[in-house]
Amino acid sequence: MADTTNRMLTMAEAVREAMTIAMNEREDVFLMGEDVGIYGGAFGVSSEMQNKFGADRIIDTPISELGIVGAAVGAALAGMRPIVEIQFSDFTAQAMDQIANQAAKIHFMLGGALHVPLVLRTPQGSGTGAAAQHSQVLETWFANIPGLKVVVPSNPADAKGLLLSAIDDPNPVIFLEHKLLYKIPGRDAVPEGVERIPLGVSKVLRHGSDLTIVATGIMVNKSYEVAEKLSAEGINITLIDPRTISPLDMDPIHESVQQTGRLLVVQEGPSHGGFINEVIARVSESASFGSLIAPIKRLAGMNIPIPYAPQLERAAVPQIEDIEVAAREIVKNWR
Amino acid sequence: MTTIQLLKGHPLSSKEHASHALLYMWKIRKFEEAVEDLFGRGMMHGTMHLSIGQEASPTGMCLALDLADQITSTHRGHGHCIAKGADLTRMIAELLGKKIGYCGGRGGSMHIADVETGNLGANGVVGGGIPIAVGAGLASKLQKKGTVAVSFFGDGAMNEGAFHEAANLAAIWKLPVIFFCENNHYGMSSSTEKAFAIEKLADRGLGYGIPGVTVDGNNVVEVYEAAEAAVARARNGEGPTIIEAITYRWKGHSRSDKNLYRTKEEIEEWKHKDPLPRFISIVLEKGLLSQDEIDAVQQQAHDQIVHAVNEAVKAESAEPSGLLDAVFKKVGA
Ligand SMILES: Cc1ncc(C[n+]2csc(CCOP(=O)(O)OP(=O)(O)O)c2C)c(N)n1
Ligand SMILES: [Mg+2]
Repeated sequence: MADTTNRMLTMAEAVREAMTIAMNEREDVFLMGEDVGIYGGAFGVSSEMQNKFGADRIIDTPISELGIVGAAVGAALAGMRPIVEIQFSDFTAQAMDQIANQAAKIHFMLGGALHVPLVLRTPQGSGTGAAAQHSQVLETWFANIPGLKVVVPSNPADAKGLLLSAIDDPNPVIFLEHKLLYKIPGRDAVPEGVERIPLGVSKVLRHGSDLTIVATGIMVNKSYEVAEKLSAEGINITLIDPRTISPLDMDPIHESVQQTGRLLVVQEGPSHGGFINEVIARVSESASFGSLIAPIKRLAGMNIPIPYAPQLERAAVPQIEDIEVAAREIVKNWR
Repeated sequence: MTTIQLLKGHPLSSKEHASHALLYMWKIRKFEEAVEDLFGRGMMHGTMHLSIGQEASPTGMCLALDLADQITSTHRGHGHCIAKGADLTRMIAELLGKKIGYCGGRGGSMHIADVETGNLGANGVVGGGIPIAVGAGLASKLQKKGTVAVSFFGDGAMNEGAFHEAANLAAIWKLPVIFFCENNHYGMSSSTEKAFAIEKLADRGLGYGIPGVTVDGNNVVEVYEAAEAAVARARNGEGPTIIEAITYRWKGHSRSDKNLYRTKEEIEEWKHKDPLPRFISIVLEKGLLSQDEIDAVQQQAHDQIVHAVNEAVKAESAEPSGLLDAVFKKVGA
């Protein structure tokens, strides 16, 4: 349905709106996390929500990540639909037993007897000068654990629709929000009502016949800028945002690679073992491989912890200029 | 490059000790004010966690330590670092992303470590340093070094699993460890009333067989006396102690804090319990230092900070080249 209200929300506002809708729709949804109440969460995502829903549904917790994720797993098993906010994705490490060994495996391991309708929302990414323990992009960790669905929204409209689906989903969903997107309005208006976006459907942001770019999270936005700029030079780019990296919808990627013959994949996290390698592998082992006229190019974070100083931090992850250079080179060098 | 002039001992034991304790508290205060200023002027990026109002705790604790004793610190770690004897220029330089900074610009405010003064590092992870201090205590015991390891952490950190597992290890192995909890009443927005079902956080040790003391964390004398006793216990092989220092942070948790979870009156009330005038009045009363001498110490702290900022601002910026080589220590090097 076309949006007529032209609501240019930020990611924080869109996520808040989705949580608010879900909590109004269903009694069993609640939010739990450190400082999510009066503080509104470290990034203000749940700002004012405690006033609306009370302290029993917007629950402030002590600093106990393992405990709160475990309690969310338990509440989910017992019939609730918890949303947990972990203040920084880096601290999912504290809760990893409950995420990886419990939530992800319970449905399968117990023969389908139980399931875990849990959403774990958490901010990730660099660019804030918060250094190595507050800046990681960990989407790859979660994508490597069967039993978790992993959502990486790149814009407010998607964040709202995807989060609504994540809350409805009967399985554990890891929802990774980029900090730098919280405060800026997206390119597209956010639909006012309840419009769910299904998990597991890639989005094609723009079509072009020269190059396919597949990017995740904030790299989608950076790639978009590059695509717009290069179109003025006659380089036409198809940009695909998988949105959910697990399960992964490869169909539009194959389709596009078969048309363009060139593929550039971009992620913020380190390249070694990174999610984008999965995209490359799937293209390589499919018929799409035969359509390639250029070697596949990968842009990712350096294989280092995120450094503090701004000039170092910038160097550690792909920037718009890096994407531009890579895109131009692939198209110019492989004709 | 560091000239470490730590003077151990009771802050009221001599003129020198009194002015030393005062100097360190003032250095911390003025350092934090300088950081706030650099931040306000856009010269520093990222975030900052200031310890203004809490200066007596790290100062009192570190007055009971030898240079070889080790500490682990927190996101709010500038005070711990300074109290243990760190070089102010290298600290500011780190915050400004300079090559001569303690971490070469790679760590920033939350990750300053200083091997020379036994500082094993601040930490961005709440509770992250607690088991590490226990490990340092274990190494001290195994190597018969006689050193003590102190873990500084906040009230909030006491609710992390890391604290509980670490406390038990230290207790059963009787390690030379001090769990120094700076109870400033809040973990970000969450008050200790909401986050704990007990009144004295020092009681958390009971379940592990660790004695705990609660002291006025804004009184450097009281903090020192508890610290000295805990250090003696640790060195005697009697095991760990929990020290809970009651204090208060004047500033927001970090730069994004709107202070919605506490009242202006509460903040004002605690400003009247400022650890600096507190100690000064004791010192004056005891006749250990004159007002002129006190003013001179304050001036000295001021000069040291100004010097550090000037040097750090002039220093060369850290460069991205070589980052890849920095991940691992070279084997055999
Ligand atoms: C494991 C972990 N969880 C959450 C955070 C975010 N965080 C940083 S400081 C802080 C509050 C810490 O409170 P406390 O331990 O009392 O120390 P204080 O800030 O009061 O000095 C929180 C929640 C973190 N850094 N690490
Ligand atoms: Mg605290």
